[in-house]
Amino acid sequence: MLSIRTLSKSFGGVTAVDECSFDIARGSITGLIGPNGAGKTTLFNIAAGFLKPDSGRILLDGQDITALSPHERFHLGLVRTFQLPQTFQRMTVRENLMVAPPEQSGENLFATWFLPWKVAAEEKRVREKADEVLDFLEIPHVADELAGNLSGGQKKLLELGRCLMTDAKMVLLDEPGAGVNPTLMVKLTAMIRRLNEERGFTVCIIEHDMDVITELCDPVVCMSQGAVIAHGSMADIRANEDVLEAYLGGGRAAAGRGGRAT
Amino acid sequence: MEWAGLINYGVFMLTLAGIYAVMTLGLNLQWGFTGQFNIGIAGFFAAGAYASAILTTPPSADHLGGFDMPIAVGLLGAVLVSGVLALLVGLVTLNLRTDYLAIATIGIAEIVRLFLKNEDWLTNGVRGVAEIPKALSTTPLDPALADLLVVLAALAVVYGLLERGRRSPWGRVLRAIRESEPGTQASGKNVFAFRIQAFVLGSMAMGLSGALYAHFTGFISPEAFDPEFITFLVWVMLIAGGSANNRGAVLGAMAIWAVWAGTEFLTGKLPAEFTTQAGALRIFLIGVLVQGILLWRPEGLLPERQDGKKRG
Ligand SMILES: Nc1ncnc2c1ncn2[C@@H]1O[C@H](COP(=O)(O)OP(=O)(O)OP(=O)(O)O)[C@@H](O)[C@H]1O
Ligand SMILES: [Mg+2]
Repeated sequence: MLSIRTLSKSFGGVTAVDECSFDIARGSITGLIGPNGAGKTTLFNIAAGFLKPDSGRILLDGQDITALSPHERFHLGLVRTFQLPQTFQRMTVRENLMVAPPEQSGENLFATWFLPWKVAAEEKRVREKADEVLDFLEIPHVADELAGNLSGGQKKLLELGRCLMTDAKMVLLDEPGAGVNPTLMVKLTAMIRRLNEERGFTVCIIEHDMDVITELCDPVVCMSQGAVIAHGSMADIRANEDVLEAYLGGGRAAAGRGGRAT
Repeated sequence: MEWAGLINYGVFMLTLAGIYAVMTLGLNLQWGFTGQFNIGIAGFFAAGAYASAILTTPPSADHLGGFDMPIAVGLLGAVLVSGVLALLVGLVTLNLRTDYLAIATIGIAEIVRLFLKNEDWLTNGVRGVAEIPKALSTTPLDPALADLLVVLAALAVVYGLLERGRRSPWGRVLRAIRESEPGTQASGKNVFAFRIQAFVLGSMAMGLSGALYAHFTGFISPEAFDPEFITFLVWVMLIAGGSANNRGAVLGAMAIWAVWAGTEFLTGKLPAEFTTQAGALRIFLIGVLVQGILLWRPEGLLPERQDGKKRG
């Protein structure tokens, strides 16, 4: 589905991503793990078009998308969330979600001027959809609140909500669980599974919570210092010396680690 | 002063305030909704004024044209010229950060000013363009009243179009850009295209405002467009009235213009030796007033409204 081909990116002296290559299979939930600063977010930024790689290519369904802008990739079905939520602070939570659906005719100024009834009918549907997503995320009570007033965890949910407003094929989730309470995290995990199974989203998820990764992901990719150091099932990853060394640390302790580092 | 004089003065002031309100609405689209920092407002205003003047004046040896066209054509021309100017600036700078846009807008305003001053063949240079026709001059209406009607009609149209845009998904995307560009991109929007639209449309309102001004005064010269003054005043109007609220923008324009006119009375009472400082004093007074408003209501007289909240 998504192929990362020898991507590299450095910032000044720091090589954030160093000749990374891996494929994300259609229909899979791929985990991306690694220590802080390993380059995971940078890799997402490149994959989604927010950063230009120094070298390498990204393919989506075999199509080279390296030169496409973020919104073009979005329309090909590649949607991402942010580690640090990019919510629209001085807009209501519902409005935040209503921005996301593609091809709204009301985004054309002439349609808003001369076809207001058509726009209004569409708006009603988009609004209903947003309310459904808010119900699903269990935050319907904040629909009319300004996003800037949300808690950190609620903002993370709103990030995820944006993906739910679209018909994505491939979603890149950057630590969707960071700051979300444990009960909700269980639900979130179930939800991601459902999205994968029912709506056919292919998922790539960055997460420091190994319970979530273990529960959801197969395969798992581990990065360290910009490079992919291991790629395989969670069991393989756990057994991998390099991974233990660089990230999980001290063998079996890893399974219960559940760290929420960001 | 008799009532008639007072009413005439009121009509005159209201017309000018309306002209400023059109500009303030344009800035509100750019800054209030989209977060674009335009400090070259006067440039678009002047371009619009000259465009309409040249299109509608009778043929003249002093400047290009005149083309003796109807005023409606002049207004349309003003909108187009300022729009094209904004498009050029926008295409070059809107991919850059907002502070670069600010610098570019100052630059373009300065270029427009120098151009108007020095390109005699086009604009008659510092001598200006005269004989600009008045609106509705063939009707029996009192000319001052006719001006006011035309300005208020234009203001209503601009307000209506921008307000409908604000409430729409289009306006929602603009506000999203203001709040978070990456977030808007991640929502699949072509941020650049929306930015261009907002910048061009806002500048068109400024150009239209310039054209209204030209037909109102009947004579324009580069001296009439003190760029610092116009740009400063429009910004003050928007900030005081309420950024990101179209009604606030109009209210701000009216209120600040009234106060501005009021300060003229005040400084008129100063002893003669202070007359040279009077202008600076007026600007100072306006500055103090805005400080006061912002302390009292940090978001301006009418803050941004959340439709969702109201309908909730
Ligand atoms: N815009 C930037 N400018 C300069 N350096 C950057 C930039 N973005 C990332 N880096 C550097 O690149 C490296 C990788 O950062 P990245 O955010 O991709 O790590 P990460 O794997 O997502 O870490 P975490 O688990 O903490 O989120 C870090 O050393 C970081 O300092
Ligand atoms: Mg990260």
